Amino acid sequence: MDIQNIHPLVIFFAAITTNNILLTNFLGMCSYLAVSKDLKSSLGLGVAVIFVSTCTAPLNWLVYYKLLVPFGLEYLQYIAFIIVIAAFTQIIEMIIERVSTVLYLTLGIFLPLITVNCAIFGCVLFLVIRQYTFIQSIAYGMGAGTGWALAILALAGIRTRMEKKSKVIPELEGPGIALIITGVIAMAFIGFSGIVKIN
Amino acid sequence: MKGFAAFKRMLWDENPVIGQILGICSALAVTNLVKNTLVMCLGLIFTLMMSCLTVSLMRNVIPRQVRMIIQVLIIAAYVIFIKIVLDAFMPDISNELGPYVGLIITNCIVMGRTEGYAMGNKPLDSVFDGIGAGVGYSLVLLPIAMIREPLGLGTFFGMQVFPPEWTKWNMMVIAPSGFFALATFIWVTRAYKAGGAAK
Repeated sequence: MDIQNIHPLVIFFAAITTNNILLTNFLGMCSYLAVSKDLKSSLGLGVAVIFVSTCTAPLNWLVYYKLLVPFGLEYLQYIAFIIVIAAFTQIIEMIIERVSTVLYLTLGIFLPLITVNCAIFGCVLFLVIRQYTFIQSIAYGMGAGTGWALAILALAGIRTRMEKKSKVIPELEGPGIALIITGVIAMAFIGFSGIVKIN
Repeated sequence: MKGFAAFKRMLWDENPVIGQILGICSALAVTNLVKNTLVMCLGLIFTLMMSCLTVSLMRNVIPRQVRMIIQVLIIAAYVIFIKIVLDAFMPDISNELGPYVGLIITNCIVMGRTEGYAMGNKPLDSVFDGIGAGVGYSLVLLPIAMIREPLGLGTFFGMQVFPPEWTKWNMMVIAPSGFFALATFIWVTRAYKAGGAAK
């Protein structure tokens, strides 16, 4: 099937389940492992990732197809994407800081972390490689962000509960056990395969 | 010599992957084929070496406020160089690695070394430190790939090593085993380190 004909909704759900950006493509692992100790900050970071990936995916689509391709500058894509993402998070951080202190404290502090989050950058690279249309890229950005947020929330929930209820071998504590839990979650997500498919 | 000590430290004591839990994304994503892993490792070593050298040479002229974005741009320039070389000489591998070559830019190991070491040290020491980090990364990835590829596909470096009757562990090439393999690796090395410290 031609990729341009796939309905954006299909892409949205596939990006959450079968092509989850964290569980099948391993993107955004660093902040995933570091922040998932605590449920509240996981939620904050998750929402921030959804927001930024939903906005930067179409923005970068425009930059790539309307600016870089017409001038034959495709090889500059990495630099262009990084600059767009960094500038976008910087601007949003400044706006949020002005508009609402509460929102800044819950969401804004995570924005600098996101600039170097590979989930956002990887999502942009995927939409170029898979040649999505503009609408599809919005759906993909939103789906990828939601999938990432879902994964980090699941891990944070399990980790906070485990801290109270169970003992882990000292060598596995921290990243080790987090990786094993993620492996189990990833196995569960394989159960989705076959429902929707993109690639 | 300071640089040599930095090199040695990065291999084991402060190994970027198992010690500092950095650069996990690509450590999980490319390790199902030894060949891809090798290319990825060489790419990372090159990027680390060159960007540490460049950042270290420029460390006195980079303004503190914008140092992050300058470092990212320096790294991105070298990654683009790698991408172009790969596209020209190894188009198949370049296709298979897909977005992961570009994701070297957001690989935390590179930023961690340029920000943490190269910004405050002499060029030669920084180069050794960078190469050390890259080799330390390879020392983790290559063994994992060497376990995953033969078990999952019955091949090693693309060559058949197990007889055709070998039942392939499909599990080993898909996502969850990446998490399990890395967790096991962290477990074993930490247990070994703890045993060494106790003696």
